This record gives sequence, structure tokens and C-alpha cells, in this order.
Amino acid sequence: MSFNPHTLPPPPPTRIVIAMWSVALKMLLGDKAKYFGLVFGVTFASLLMGQQVSVFISLMTRTAGLIFDLTEADIWVMDQRVRYIDEAEPIRDIDLSVVRSIQGVEWAVPFYKGVATVRQANGLSQVVVLVGVDDISLVGLATDTILGKATVITQPQTAMMDKNGYKFMWPNTPFEIGKELEINDNRLVINAICNAAPTLTTYPTLYVSYSTVTQLFPQSRNKLPFIVVKVAKSESVQDVANRIQKETGLQALSRIEFAWRSINYFATRTGIPINFGITVFLGVLIGAAITAQTFYLFIVENLKQFAAMKAFGFTNAQLFQLVAFQALFVGVIGYSLGMGLTALFIRSVANVPAFRGLTLHWQVVAGAATMITLIILLSILVSLLKVFRADPAMVFRG
Amino acid sequence: MNAIQLTNVSKQYQSGDQSTLALDNVTLTIPMGKLSMLVGPSGCGKTTLISVASGILTPTSGEVVTLGYPLSTLSDTQKVTFRRQHIGFIFQQFNLLSSLTAAENAAMPLVASGVPLHKATQQAITLLNDLGMGAHCHKLPRQLSGGQQQRVAIARSLVHEPDIIICDEPTASLDGKTGHDVMEILRHIANDPKRAVLIVSHDTRVFSFADHLVEMADGQMLTSTSN
Repeated sequence: MSFNPHTLPPPPPTRIVIAMWSVALKMLLGDKAKYFGLVFGVTFASLLMGQQVSVFISLMTRTAGLIFDLTEADIWVMDQRVRYIDEAEPIRDIDLSVVRSIQGVEWAVPFYKGVATVRQANGLSQVVVLVGVDDISLVGLATDTILGKATVITQPQTAMMDKNGYKFMWPNTPFEIGKELEINDNRLVINAICNAAPTLTTYPTLYVSYSTVTQLFPQSRNKLPFIVVKVAKSESVQDVANRIQKETGLQALSRIEFAWRSINYFATRTGIPINFGITVFLGVLIGAAITAQTFYLFIVENLKQFAAMKAFGFTNAQLFQLVAFQALFVGVIGYSLGMGLTALFIRSVANVPAFRGLTLHWQVVAGAATMITLIILLSILVSLLKVFRADPAMVFRG
Repeated sequence: MNAIQLTNVSKQYQSGDQSTLALDNVTLTIPMGKLSMLVGPSGCGKTTLISVASGILTPTSGEVVTLGYPLSTLSDTQKVTFRRQHIGFIFQQFNLLSSLTAAENAAMPLVASGVPLHKATQQAITLLNDLGMGAHCHKLPRQLSGGQQQRVAIARSLVHEPDIIICDEPTASLDGKTGHDVMEILRHIANDPKRAVLIVSHDTRVFSFADHLVEMADGQMLTSTSN
């Protein structure tokens, strides 16, 4: 006979792999209900991960939106107790002069960020975010105006409002300048409308000059919450920050440090991450359960056929290729659909104020891919054990 | 050369504290060019015998020489390769893959050897034509009758031109007429002097097709008759 165990044919070549993939695909697509069930499971998990994590990142980024946007400044100086940008503790005005005198500081300007209650012409009150920028340099002022000029805020009793804040306060009203507001019995005219970085809250943002801020709140002695600093080119940001801390006793953080401090505050001190985390966890769990269970059932229902294949000469390695290819195929299709739907969602809400700044970051895409890979591996692990343990003799048992 | 030679073969199954002797010191020869039939009541050890003869199960004692080679000297991987090259199987329940067409199912042993699916399918179609299944090559198993499915299984067992065809109750799921037709095909296959057909059956209607009838009971061989 031609068989000689000592001259066995070489290990399965690439063409065996391709042949197995053809069979795998036909087996998978032949059972439409299970195929769609598997794809749905992976799609569902991908969509929930992509969408929820993106919304979470967007929200967290909003907490530091103003800091990220103020790219001209390298260092933020503030009270030692400040943990995030909305926690404004006033510092002494004299500290501005001290900071300006420190070696390595190219310039330092005041920056105000706080909340105020405005009264509209119809008598209704509304809380707004008030941003006060240096009168001369206008550092921190949003420049992307859609009506009027940003520099108009240097005029007395003049403000610029962000576009979404305007829509929020005067819905279904066309953009127009000249609307009047009142803060602490002081008249304020909106003479410019701009696009501004989204903030965590949906409060309108009012941009005014720092001198306007001092006029709006004349009764308090210290009003200055932040000093923003530009470091000279020859100096390191960290060195200058250290000097400022030493000289003033204030907290001096680099722009990125302060942004992350704000984000971390919201991430650790609020229920936002836990709620999003639970949703993502449930999404992964349900997606994994659907995928793993459907895949397992798919294998179990075909177990006798797999045993028959083993009987007439398929190796465990070949069956591994078959099952792994099916899982990979389902994973790629489901993941692509999930990420596609996430992108579609983000695109469809691009003009919704509540979702401004929502972006699908590559880290989310990569993270979701990793999780889906784990789900797929989990699914095939259990199924493959069943296939590997399938006794070819079982096909003779009726 | 004999197709299969079993010498003093025993097979004991162990389940917890209980052991069952499925084959008890069986010595048997399956010749080439003949249709051999193993008959006997359920649980007499027929299925265990064909599993041992094809290298799917390892005997507890005794020696199995298939196509001149002692199977005990082969590793598990070598046994798989051996089966792929030299043995074709026909099962009672057909065990066709439900998502594949008749031709693709019949092509499976070639795919196991690395033949591309479309090439293997072409070879399988030729064989299915010979078996009168030309019109059904592209149908799925659920679109075929039991007899047609068994013909596909026969084509699958022959497509890689094996030396031995092992059939486990090939007519048990078929009506009398269809079963008779299937046996006619197997009878024809067994006429090839370079091929052996070994059938396990307890269907008395098909005993007359055998060249060589082996009767078993309680794991032992009772009689061995050649026609």
C-alpha cells in the first residue's frame, strides 16, 4: 500500500487554509439566523462601547474645554485649593504684578471664569458662565465670531455670547446684536455672537473684558480667580511654574496639568464615569453573552458534523482554522458595523448643542477593537474545546 | 493483502467504577475486493469494531493491521492522515453539513487534503453524476430525500479514492426500496479488487449482498461465512 507513516506528507500548506476558509464561510453564511445573531451581538457591543465611551470622553473634555482652548498660555496660576476650573477661589490682584516680575515669565494676564445670574428684558433670570479676559491682550477670548467682532468687548458694558447660549436663551430667534441683559443692576449689551468651546453645563457663555468684570461685581475686594502666563521661549514651563509657586505661594500648573486635574476631578468626584462605565460594561457583557452563546450553539449543533469531519481526516488544526475564521469574520463585520453606526451617530448629532465636541477618537476605535477581540476569543475558546474533544466515534452512534 | 486484520482484539470501556467489554478477543480478516458485512444485535460490538479497525478507537489489547500496517505504531496525527488517505466513511445519519451543497459535502475529504473547494467540488460532481445525482449536485441536504442524502454520503466516501469503505448501518434510515438501491451501489463498489467494503448492519434485508458475513454477539465473533 502507498501509506508509509515515516514519509507522511508535510504539514498542511497554505492552500489547505484557504480551502478551510471557503468551507467556514459557507457554513457560517448558510445558517442565516445564527449568522445575524452573531453579527448583532458584536455590533451591539461595538456600538455601545464606541458611542458611550465617546460621549463620556466628550463630557470629560468639556470640563476642561476652556483650558484646552486657551492655547496662548503655558501656565495657570490660582489658589492652592483649586481642584478644577469651576472652583474659582479669588486671589489678590497684587499677585498679578508679582507673577509678571518672575524670571521666565514673558507675560501674565488676568483671567476670570465664574457664574453669574443675568436678568433678561422680559424679567426672566438665567445663570450664565462669565468669562473675563485681559482688556489689552484679550487672551482667552473666543475669536470665531458669527456676528459682530470679538474685540467689541473692550467697549464698556459690552459682551459677546456664544452661539448655543444665544439659542438657549432666545430659541427660534435669528441671531442679532444689541440684546440687553442685566447683571447686578449693570446693563450689558450683546454686541457679538461667537462659536465657543462646549462646557459641561449648557449655560450660555458671556465674554467680557476683565475691567467689565470688576464693574459688574464692585462690592468684593478680590475677584481675580486665575492668572494665565506665557513662558519665555528660553525657559522650561516646569521651572517657571516652580518659581511662581515659590514666590507667590499660589498653585501654578501647566495648561495640560490643569486640564487633566479638572478632568480627574469630575472623573473621581462625580457619578459620571460610574454611570457610563456601567453602560459600557453591560454592553460588553450582553454583546459577549449573545456572541458566545450563539457561537457555542452554532458549534454544538454542528458537533456531529465536526466529529464526522474528524473521522474522515480533518485535523484539529484544520477545524481550528475553520472555527477561528468564522469568529474572525463575524468579529470584523460586527465591529465594522458597530463603529460605522457610532460614526453615523456622532455625525448625525454634530449640530445638536448637547453633543457639541463629540468625536470618535482613535483610542476608542482601538479600545473597542481590543474588547471585541477578547469577546471573540472567549467565544471560540469554549467552542473550540468542544470541537477538539469531539470524539469521531460519536458519528457511529446513530 | 487483506484490507483489515484483527488479531485477539479486545476493547474495554471504563466509566467510573464500571467497565464494559465491547470487544472480547476478536480475530477477524476483512479481504480486499469483497463486501464484508458485520451483523448482530444492537450493543454487540459492531460499531466498536469498525472504530477500532479504522483507527478512531485504540484497542485495549490485540493487534489491528489495516492495509498491511499495524495501527498501534501510528501516532494520533498519523492515524488521521491514514484515514484521510485510505478510508471512506458512510454513516447511518449521513452527517452532511447543512449549509453546503451536495457536491460540496461530497468534496469534503478532498478539502481535508488541501484541494481547493471549487476543484474538489468539480471532482465530486463527476462522482455524483455516476451515482445518478447529477440533477441534485447544487441542492442543500434539506432539499434531498434520505436516499439522495445517502448517495451524497457514498460519493463523499469515494471522492478521495480510498482503499477501504466503512459503512455504519447505511440503510437504517432508508425505506426498503431506497435501501436496496444504496446496497446495489455499495455492491458495485466492492467489485473493485483493490477496494474493500465493510458494512455494519442489523438490517436482515441486506444480508444477501454480502460476500463475507460476520456474525457478532456480546463482543465476540460467532460465525464468519463467505458466499
